[in-house]
Amino acid sequence: MGIIDVQNLNKTYANKLVLNNLSLSLGSGQIVGLLGPNGCGKSTLIKILAGVISDYDGNVFIDGQTPGIYTKSIVSYLPEKTYLSKWMRPVDAVAYFSDFYADFDKVKAMDMIQQFRLDPMQPTKNMSKGMQEKLQLSLVMSRRSKVLILDEPLGGVDPATRSAILDMILRNYLEESILIMATHLVQDVERIFNYAILLGYGELILAGETDDIRREYGKSLDEIFREVFACSISL
Amino acid sequence: MAYDFNDTSPIYLQLIQVFCEKLIARQWKAGEKIPPVRELAVEYGVNPNTVQRALTQMEQEGLLYTQRTSGRYITEDEEYIRRVRDNIADDYIGEFINKMLALGLNKEELEEKLTQKWRELHGNH
Repeated sequence: MGIIDVQNLNKTYANKLVLNNLSLSLGSGQIVGLLGPNGCGKSTLIKILAGVISDYDGNVFIDGQTPGIYTKSIVSYLPEKTYLSKWMRPVDAVAYFSDFYADFDKVKAMDMIQQFRLDPMQPTKNMSKGMQEKLQLSLVMSRRSKVLILDEPLGGVDPATRSAILDMILRNYLEESILIMATHLVQDVERIFNYAILLGYGELILAGETDDIRREYGKSLDEIFREVFACSISL
Repeated sequence: MAYDFNDTSPIYLQLIQVFCEKLIARQWKAGEKIPPVRELAVEYGVNPNTVQRALTQMEQEGLLYTQRTSGRYITEDEEYIRRVRDNIADDYIGEFINKMLALGLNKEELEEKLTQKWRELHGNH
């Protein structure tokens, strides 16, 4: 049994099937890319794993438990939309996380904030989108969590910020944990994944070790992604 | 994220190539310890498991060895490193000759051009 096990997961919104009989098993010690176009069910799956959505059909186990109080204590989750209050400065956010999470490493968070060259005293309302992403990433990556889930951490940031974020993920990811990153940007990002899950309209299209996929198809994940979704976009 | 890998073929094989070139160029010297997996992953902007896979294969081929407690080291077998260099050189030369044949050069013309270019670049050494 993996750290994350999903069996026959189904989720509907207003009679629309968003996740269709999805099954997955993932072990620790990996950086997993959850890839798919907007609206393919990535965020829904992530919210179920994070314990934010609880009305679904099928089985979901994280470290052997169904999503709830225990799993929330071992899952660090970066949502797609910001959750920091506008007045908060990095120092306030660090204090807040430190009060809230027993597994939060304050020193690591301040260190990441410094490495990102953020001003610890600047309110988030005065920060660019990229700076806010950097701050939130510093916070969620500073929990000693068994499971780290990042929902589109690269959305709307420039290429230099993107590569700073990827670099920081590689530097700070805990080897004994699993990091799952949802993204619709595949190019320039695919090298940090050792495992990829390609999700299309609620269904699992492809899952496997990234280098095995490259060998089998003779293509990059980005090319496979574009080919799979080229036709569906024009529908 | 500076390194230019080709995403259409396995990254770990490309890493093996890069690391072998480091051995041959003596940037990684015989008997020396190599940097930890995490450091290499950050340097090349790739997944740590991918680096691990490359190093494991190099270990199986006898190019690296692990000291239980202190990390990974480069083989002290200089002769072996030279053989690896010769194999890689063979591959490049084979490729080069095929390209020249495709341009319609024969052996004499190729040798003459090679000598000429060598002189241009390095004199008579």
